[in-house]
This record gives sequence, structure tokens and C-alpha cells, in this order.
Amino acid sequence: MDELIMVKINGMDVHFPKGKTILEVCKDAGIYIPTLCYDERLKPHGGCRLCLVEIKGKPVPLTSCTTPGEAGMEISTESPKLTRLRKTILELLLSNHPNDCMVCEASGDCSLREMAYLYGASLDRFQGEKWNLPIREDNPFITFEPNKCIACGRCTRICNEVVMAGTIDLVNRGFNAIPETAFAKPRSLKNCEFCGQCVSTCPTGALTDKKGRGKGRAGDIKKVKTTCTYCGTGCNFFLNVRNDRVVRVTSDFEAPVNKGNLCIKGRYGYDFIHSDERIKTPLIREGEGFREASWDEALSLVAGRFNAIIKEHGPDKVGGFSSSRCSNEENYLLAKWVRCAVGSNNVDNCARVCHAPTVAGLAQSFGAGAATNSLEQMSDIDTIFIIGSNTTEAHPIVSLYLKKAISKGAKVVVADPRKIWLAQRADVWLNMKPGSNIALINGIIHVILKNGWESKEFIKTRTEGFAELKAKVEEYDLDRVEKLTGVSRDKIIEAARLYSQAEKSMIVYGLGITEHLTGTENSMATANLALVCGQVGRPSTGIMALRGQNNVQGASDLGPLPATLPGYQSVTDPKCREKFGKAWGVTIKDKPGLKSVEMLDECAKGNFKALYILGEDPAHTDPDLHHIRKALDKIDFLVVQDIFPTETTKYAHVILPGASFAEKDGTFTNGERRVQRIRKAVGPVAGLADWEVLCKVSTLMGYPMPYTHPSQIMDEIATLVPAYGGISYKRIEKKGIQWPCPTKDHPGTTTLYTETFARPSGLALFMVLDHVGSGEVPDETYPLVLITGRVREHYNNGSQTRHAVGIIDLVPEELVEISPEDAQSLGIKNLDWVKVLSRRGEIKVRAKVTKRSQTGNVFMSFHHQSTLTNVLTSGHRCRISGTPEYKSCAVRIEQLSQE
Amino acid sequence: MEVKILSAKFDIKDAHMLEVAKQHGAYSQLDKLFSMEPVAVIEEVKNSGLRGRGGAGFPAGLKWSFLPKGLNKPVYLTVNSDESEPATFKDRYILVRDPHMMIEGIIICCYAIGCHDAYIYIRGEYTSQVKALQKAIDEAYAAGYLGEKVAGHDFKLDVTVHRGAGAYICGEETALLESIEGKKGQPRSKPPFPAVEGLYGCPTIINNVQTIASLPYIIENGAAAYKQYGTEKSPGTHLFGISGHVNKPGMYELPLGLPILDVIEKVAGGVLNGKKLKAIIPGGSSTPVQTPEDAKDLTLDYESMAAHKTMFGSGGIVVLDETVDIVKLVENLAQFYHHESCGQCTPCREGLGWILKIVKKILRGDGTSADIDLLVELCDNIEMKTVCVLSAACTMPVRSYLIKFRHEFEAYVKKGASAQANVKQG
Repeated sequence: MDELIMVKINGMDVHFPKGKTILEVCKDAGIYIPTLCYDERLKPHGGCRLCLVEIKGKPVPLTSCTTPGEAGMEISTESPKLTRLRKTILELLLSNHPNDCMVCEASGDCSLREMAYLYGASLDRFQGEKWNLPIREDNPFITFEPNKCIACGRCTRICNEVVMAGTIDLVNRGFNAIPETAFAKPRSLKNCEFCGQCVSTCPTGALTDKKGRGKGRAGDIKKVKTTCTYCGTGCNFFLNVRNDRVVRVTSDFEAPVNKGNLCIKGRYGYDFIHSDERIKTPLIREGEGFREASWDEALSLVAGRFNAIIKEHGPDKVGGFSSSRCSNEENYLLAKWVRCAVGSNNVDNCARVCHAPTVAGLAQSFGAGAATNSLEQMSDIDTIFIIGSNTTEAHPIVSLYLKKAISKGAKVVVADPRKIWLAQRADVWLNMKPGSNIALINGIIHVILKNGWESKEFIKTRTEGFAELKAKVEEYDLDRVEKLTGVSRDKIIEAARLYSQAEKSMIVYGLGITEHLTGTENSMATANLALVCGQVGRPSTGIMALRGQNNVQGASDLGPLPATLPGYQSVTDPKCREKFGKAWGVTIKDKPGLKSVEMLDECAKGNFKALYILGEDPAHTDPDLHHIRKALDKIDFLVVQDIFPTETTKYAHVILPGASFAEKDGTFTNGERRVQRIRKAVGPVAGLADWEVLCKVSTLMGYPMPYTHPSQIMDEIATLVPAYGGISYKRIEKKGIQWPCPTKDHPGTTTLYTETFARPSGLALFMVLDHVGSGEVPDETYPLVLITGRVREHYNNGSQTRHAVGIIDLVPEELVEISPEDAQSLGIKNLDWVKVLSRRGEIKVRAKVTKRSQTGNVFMSFHHQSTLTNVLTSGHRCRISGTPEYKSCAVRIEQLSQE
Repeated sequence: MEVKILSAKFDIKDAHMLEVAKQHGAYSQLDKLFSMEPVAVIEEVKNSGLRGRGGAGFPAGLKWSFLPKGLNKPVYLTVNSDESEPATFKDRYILVRDPHMMIEGIIICCYAIGCHDAYIYIRGEYTSQVKALQKAIDEAYAAGYLGEKVAGHDFKLDVTVHRGAGAYICGEETALLESIEGKKGQPRSKPPFPAVEGLYGCPTIINNVQTIASLPYIIENGAAAYKQYGTEKSPGTHLFGISGHVNKPGMYELPLGLPILDVIEKVAGGVLNGKKLKAIIPGGSSTPVQTPEDAKDLTLDYESMAAHKTMFGSGGIVVLDETVDIVKLVENLAQFYHHESCGQCTPCREGLGWILKIVKKILRGDGTSADIDLLVELCDNIEMKTVCVLSAACTMPVRSYLIKFRHEFEAYVKKGASAQANVKQG
């Protein structure tokens, strides 16, 4: 417990833990102090001077935001003198302010106006000339009205301190100080991330969201708190709704994960909700095209065809793909539907193509396949070990925690083939060859053991299998590791030292670990490293596997997996089968079903008959698309439920309209296991939410699902999934809870394995791993390695972000990133058209010549329907979990003549 | 009245060159210095009573002793030569005429506080001065007085010159640190004070050029010798820059404690052309004004200045004769501080501009008596309500003019009112 100290504020005794500022103490105690330059996310600034308070014995008033509370202080937050002072400050500000509140976008949400009212500031005392600067709208997202700027510096500080983008700073001095980009250049991707953090912190109408202007001010809108639908960080925000339309996204400063911070997608990626291209009615295939149909007709057809195929071919020829994009409740329902209405175990979700290796790998090493710690703890890390994660782009808000740690002096080790933003700022950049993760980590452990840097106590008391590991890593001397990884030995030694010798080291990884032939083994390798150094089981240590999709954790947790029932309860375990069989009133099959990739393999062979795909686009996002297309072509009956027409809906027999996250109630579980609410802000475009559709299909097929609200589904989940046992909508109304939360009075779990691991012995297990390399390696014909991944502005198949006004204008097309050396040897200049070829296909794309790529490697994203990158990727899969090897395949690049 | 301690070599030809300076004693104290324990050096400086010559007059030895002990961090010395207070011209003489005296002072200070990297922050406008200084530093390096082994002793010291870019605020010690760090010069909130968390987050001592230049004398002659000059609480000598309406303006080294009127009369040759003395700015433009009546018993030391509700400041004395228009003077003053406000704090950024606007309004003849009251109120609501004292550097003198010369402001108001009445009648 922190030491409590006491001060008197306005005559009242207030107790608080040492280290807080007077302003923080007052906020906690509910005592109002006006501020204009203060934002909890920023270091105290002390510039606006409104928060001055009087302290007995001090000759002058002091700023409460910068003054720490000290025992025995007697503080006055209001007095005639302070009122005069504050009134004067406000009047000075208003003297050069347009005071056009009638038409100001920020009206109702303006701190200046609120305080002017509160202190009765007069507009008469200081009257003179005012600024008359033009409004700046030279970018898609942010409108800047300089005349409304009060030079509080919040926008520039959040840009530099928190986002570290350095887009704007206060230029000029004194009265002429104004936030501006370098050389007053328009904002573009060259100088701005378009996260809108500056807008979120602006206390006046100087910075506003351009897309929402004129569409409703604070007083006109309904604010609906919800959870972001993009990556797995789990940011909360408010959907601002007017006339059943989402007009804007605003920050929720109470949000446990993001504290009001958002990225470009979270803040500006919402317009897909009301896109004209949404699927608005069920569609039934007719010849080469589709015709519109009623829900009744479409659902009867779906139920009838599924029942008929099950009857003819048996349930094992039928299955479903669930979606990490959908809610926990919907994932649970789809898992239940396949097991109960269909009667097979052929159910999987899209974690199969991203983090299945994490689930499988960490479960073997630690006992459970989830991130071990909380995101918030990242800001206190001493050494960050980032491997296979371009965090600043794929998880921008997670990266804010890393940036905070960096600004506090954390050491940074980045293992990545690309020179990403974090690599540029790393103490050590391990510029490894793609696919050499195990060799690299074995080499690091080799160095640690050789130097005696391991945690002997932790190894002795918390782990098993160390002798075998030691024998194996003995083989990975640095001569060998240098050859396998391409990383020089001094860097490996320094990385080993920084990771092992720090008090708190955390491993942060992404799909660069999992999407490999050895994906599961890669994740186990990270576990070995953490265990050798005892860097797990404490705050700010452990392994954070960054989840790529909003609900990839929840989708895996809740049962759409071929071998496990909800809560990772195995179908091969009779007790689990009995428990669910009883609850669901069916007999659960004891044989694991097919993985999604296997179902498609069977389809291609003509062995699989009917498939229900909920919110997935394998014909765009799965590897080796020619194979996928062949599979989808062969299937007898394909139902695709989605919010937009996709590559996959082209193959459907029935297309069902999906409801976006803004159109339904439910929960998402983020990458730190936090179960959070999503809320219906507007009605479903086609009238029904996905969970309602699943209930209707199941009921029509003869297995009734009579739920009337998703909360009932969660209540059922709580009775069957121990980790979710204590979760209910009521409990997570204000703030999500991190599982395991076994009982209704359990607070949830921030740090896993503080005392024991989740394996039967309670000990973690060292896994003996060998370097294997990638399934496909470059050769003379295909000399380059293609790495695929995300860019910050877009999201996965792009169906949402490509429908977001502004985002698609910023990043309208795919680009292949190529090193200057390779570009030169191929005669390619920046933005030239090139052809990229692999053994499986070829695509046309423009080149971006960049030092981010090392010689021999090229990079592409997969967000654009116009450039289907996955035509190129290979059919190699993780040997254990089946996750495709998206991160490495061999390609050739040819220059195209000028077109 | 004059004493030549700091200015001893100022009139010697080529004393800025190492060879000449050495002939006159430069760097002669280093062997003695390195034979002393650092703490003994601090003690000697404490005993000398040397006070910071940047304006605030904080005891130098005491400041040094605030450095936290046992931190695993480097300690920095920053020499403030951003001499930019209007009416101040003393440090520039040291920089140009005897830079080696300051370099020797830097060596003394660094040895005392355990610093191996010293920075000299020099105002950007000092182009010839920076050349002279850099040349002297180069000479000192070449001669082994700076670098790996200072004068052959086991002590490493590097000195880096950092030029300002023309901002008055960078003379404020924390804005100066920000500027060295490559950031915009804006003062930091204190605490933490620089002695605890200064340059690059490390303990830092910031001393004025003249303070540092006083050290060789103290090491050579001891604290007692230094204390024979000046008063008990303000010992030593000071370089005074006397300007304005006097017959012999210039820079004079004087012991502290002399009566200001005597100095104007006997040292600076009295008021120019025998005119009547109207007022005295005692220590740079930011110090509150003194009327001849106020100044009767005013002496040039920190205590007497405080007793007269003004400040010793930088030793820049400005003599104003009866022809000076105080309202125009205030306009000039407000213009300067408004222009130099960094913009960080609302009251200073906005308020100084309004002081200027209202004074201009009065000068135009559009002002009222209420405007004069508003000026006083503005001063009250700005002063000491900001991160640094730049705003006070404006409001303190402005208030003193408003109170002591209110009648001159009222005269403008009356003149304006009657002019307007005439217009209406006409």
C-alpha cells in the first residue's frame, strides 16, 4: 500500500497516496478546479494558469497541476482573489477569440465557453483587434480554425509526447504562437498519422473532426459507448449518433485500455457503417447473379438446404467458419449451431489464419494460450523485446504504451526483418532473415546460459524440462546462429544482456511469430526465453501476443474450434462432452472436426458439401487464392454472411446481410483477455443482427435458439466456461473484466501465472525446438522473400477501411516495398509499375522504394481488392496449428514497361 | 571609487590572447586548485560570500552545495552568457577582453562540483564575442588547459559553446537548458530545480559569466581578500554598466555598497548637460524605477535595493533626465517584453500584449483614468502567476511607473479628453 498523506482542501480533510499532484487529489475528491492546458494523458504543463490555488504559507498561488500534494498543506481552490485572477485570464483569452458560439462546431463541448460562463467573464473589458487567419482544411480529417486556438499546447504535446509523431508544434513566439506543421505544409501521410489525438484534446473549437462538421453538436447527439471493431487492442469510444446515423467518433477518457487515445481507424474509420455498398437484403443466387429476397425466404432456403445436405451426406460434410470480427455471443452461437443443429465438430474461426499458434504454443508451455499480462503494464517495462510485430502500425494504441516506456528510458530490442519505426529507435535491431525465429531465440538463450544470466531460482521452482532445453541450445553457438539468422553476434549478445538483465522485461509479438511453418514452435520459443530469465508471472513481464482482430481472443475462447468446446474444453474429454451434451441437449461427437483450412482442402477435392461462413473472406485473405477459389467453386451450398460484398460472397449461394458492430449489442474480448461491451447505436441495416439470424436458422433447422437478447447468451456462457464464470452484462457495464473471472465476486485477472502455471503440474514446460526455416525459400527463379502484413491506415481485407472517407484517399492502392539496392539492380524507380510473381500466380502493383526493406526482402499488405496479394502466398502451414505461412514466400519482381 | 579585479586585464593590450593573459596570471591558480579538495573549493567560495551575478544574487557556493550526492548521473555546468537584459553590458567585456579568466573560472567550478562537460550559452547576437570566446577556448585546448587532462592533472573537462537564436527568454535558466537540448526555449516548471534535474535530466549548475569569472581571484587570494570589498552581505566587486543621460556612460568595476547618487555624480560625471535628474533604473530594465527622492539613501547592494522595493538586477544603471516621457518609456518597455514572451503561460502571452495596447491607447489620447487602474490590476493578475519571472520583469517596473508617475499618464488622458471635446464642439 502506498503511504497515505493528508491535506486540507477548502477546510476539508482529504487523504491520498503520496506522489499525486494537488489537481489529481482534487479531481479524485470531486473538487472542481478549472483547467485548459491539462489532459490526463500528458505531462503537467502549467501553462494556462487557471488551476492556480492558494496554499497557506506560500507567498504566491501555485499551479495545482504541477505541485505535488504534501502532508499538512492547507489549500484553497476558490477565493475572491483566485476568481479575479481566473476571470482575467479568461477575459484575456476571449479578447482574441471569435466568440461565435452560435455556429461553432465545439459548442456544448468547449471548456473555454464553460469556464467563461462559470466565472462570469466579460467580453467588454478587453476589446481590440482579433486574429483573422484562414481556416485550414487541407487534409481529409482535421479542420483547424486558428482564430479559436488558445495556445494551450495540448495538441502539440499529445502529438510529440504521446504519439511521438512530431506532426505539429507551436511555431512562433509569444502572442503569435500557433500549432503548425513544419514549414506549414499541408498534413499528409508524410507528416501526419491522422490519429486525431490533437482533435481529441483540443479544449475549444480550434481543432474539429472534418467529417462530422455540421452533422450535429454535443447537444444534438446521443453518445453510445462501445468497443472498437478493428484490431485486438480493445479501445473504447463513443459513437456519436444523430438521426440513426453515426456522425462522429469521440474519445472515452475513462476507457481502461486506451484512456481516450485512438488511431486513424478507430477515430475515422466509421463511415463504412452507412456506406451505400452495404448488403441491405438477403441475396439468393440466380444464374451468374443474385436476386434480392426476404429474410423469410432466404432463411427457409438456408435451413432447408442444410437439413437436406446433412440428411444426404451426413453432418461431417457440413461445417461453419466463425469470425473474430463478430461478438462473443455470435461465436458461441455458431459453435453451438454446428454442434447441435448440424451435429458435427467442423467449426473453426479465423484465428486459424493468425493466432492459432499462440493458442496452441503458449498452452503447451504455460498451460493457457493467451497474453499473460495487461496492456497498461507496458509503460513500466525496463526492456521491451519486440519480435514479429510492427506495433506502431498494426496496433497503434498498444504502441503508445511502448512509446511511454521508451520515453521513460526503457531499452528496446526489435527482432524484425524490416526496419520498422520501432527498429529505428531500438537499442538493438536484430535484422533477422524471415523464418529464423527459433534459431535466433535459441542463440539468445545460448548466450544467456553461457554468461550465467539466467534466473536459476525461477528455473528451479517454476519450470520443468530445463536440462533438455540446455542440451538443445548448446548446439546453437553464435557461429551457427549468425549464419541462420543473418544477425551479427554482437547484436545477439547485447539483446540477450538487455532482456535477461533488466528487472522487468516483456516480450511483445505479433503475426511475425505465428504465421510461419513453425508458428506454434516460434511461440514456444518465446516462452522458453521468458522462462529462462524468469520474466513471466510479474507485472510488466511475460508475453503479450498482440491479437490482430477485435475479438480474436473471444472467438477462440468461445468454441468455434474443431477440437475444443467453449472455454478450450476438449471434445475428446468425456467429462466435457457430457457437460455440454447435457446443457445443450445433444450428443457431442468425440472426434475433433476439420480445421478451416482442411475444410477448404476437402471442398477442393469435392468431399465437403455445405459451409456457413460468418464474417470471413477467405477468397481474399487466405493464402494461395487459386486453391481457395477452386475449393469454393466446388461446394454444393455456401452461405456467406457479411456486411459488404467480398471476394468470397461471389461464390455464395445465399448471401445474408451482416450487422456491423454499431448495430448490435454484445461483447468483444481483447488481446489482454478483457471482456468489453459493444452497444447498439443504430438499427441493423437489414433489420436483423447476426446473432438473431443464427438463432432463426437454427430454430428453422429444428434446434430452437429462443434468445431474445445477447445478455442471455452471455449468462449461458458463464455457466459453461469457467474463465467467464463471473462475467455478466451488469458487471461489465462500465468497465470490462479480464478473464479468468471464475465467480461473480472475482475482480478478474491482470497478470497470469503469478504463483503457478496452468499446466497440471503447476510448472511451466521448456520445449526443445530446432530451426526449420521457411517452407519456401528463395532460389534462382524466385530470389526474393515476400513478407505480408498490415499498414496503419487499412484493415485486413479492407472492406471497412476502403469504405471510410479519407482513408481510401490517403492509401488508394497496394504498393510493394522494395529496398533501394534491389530496386536499383532491377532498374525499378519509386512508384514504377512492376509484376510480382510466385510459383502460384502473379500480380501487377506499383513499387515503393524504401529502406524499410532489407535487401532480399519485399513487403506487401493485403488490404486491396484490386491487388489480391494472396494470389502469391504459399500453401505452407504451421505444422501444428495449420496457420498459413503468410510471412514468407519466394517471389520474383519484373519491371513493367511504362504504362 | 573603481577597483580592478575582474577588469584588471581589460586595458592590457591583447589580454584576450593566451600568451598575454598568462603573463598576467591566467591559469596560475590551477596547481593550487588541484591541490585542494573539491569540497574545500566550495567552502572557500561559500566563505567569500560571492553572490550570483545574473540578477537574483543567490550565493554561488550555496547553490553548488545543492547538487544531490551519490547519483549515478553526470553533473553539468552551464555558463549563462545570454546577456540580454536591456541596459546590461558587462559580460561582453569579459568575453572579449579576458575570456581566459572565465575559462579558468569554469575549470575551478567544474572541479568543485565534479563536472566534466561545461556548456557556455551565449546570446546569438554576440557575433564578435562568440568568435573571441571560441578562439580562447581553442587556445586553452591546444595548451592543455581543457581536454583529457586539465593542465596535466587527472581531470577531464570539455567546454562547448552553444549559441542562442535571439530570444530574451533563453536567459531564463530553464529555457536556456531547453534551448541547449535543441527544443524551443520555454521555461520549465520548478521544482524540480536544475541542481536536481537540469540539462538532459541531470544535475546542473547554471552560473552567470561574471560569477564564474570572479572565481580565480577568490582561489588566488582567498575568501577574506574578496570580502574586503563590498558590504558584509554583498561582498566583492561588480561590473556596472551606466548609461542614459550621464556625461560619462560606460562600464565601471566598483565595490558593492556605494551610494548610487555618488556613483552617478562622481563616476559617471553627473547628469548630461546639467539637466535635472528625473528617475533611475537601478539594475536593468526589469527593475522598478527610483525617483531622486527614493534614491537618496540607496546604495549599490542587494539589501539596500530590496529595502527600496527594487532589485539589484544586472548592474545596468539607466539615468533618466527631466526630458524623458515616462508613458513613452513604458510603451517601449511593454513592447519589448510582449515581443519576448515565450507564449507558454496565458497571463504573460495575452496580458503583456494588453498592457501594450492600453498604453498605446493612452498615448493616442483615447485612454481614461479607468484604463490606468486596469493597467495596475492587470499587473497584479499577471505578476508571479506564471511559470517564470518574465512577466514580472515587465509588470514590476510598469507598476512602479504607474504609481510613481501616474500624473504623466493622467496628463495624456486629460489631453486626449479635451482634444475630443474640441472635436465634438467643432
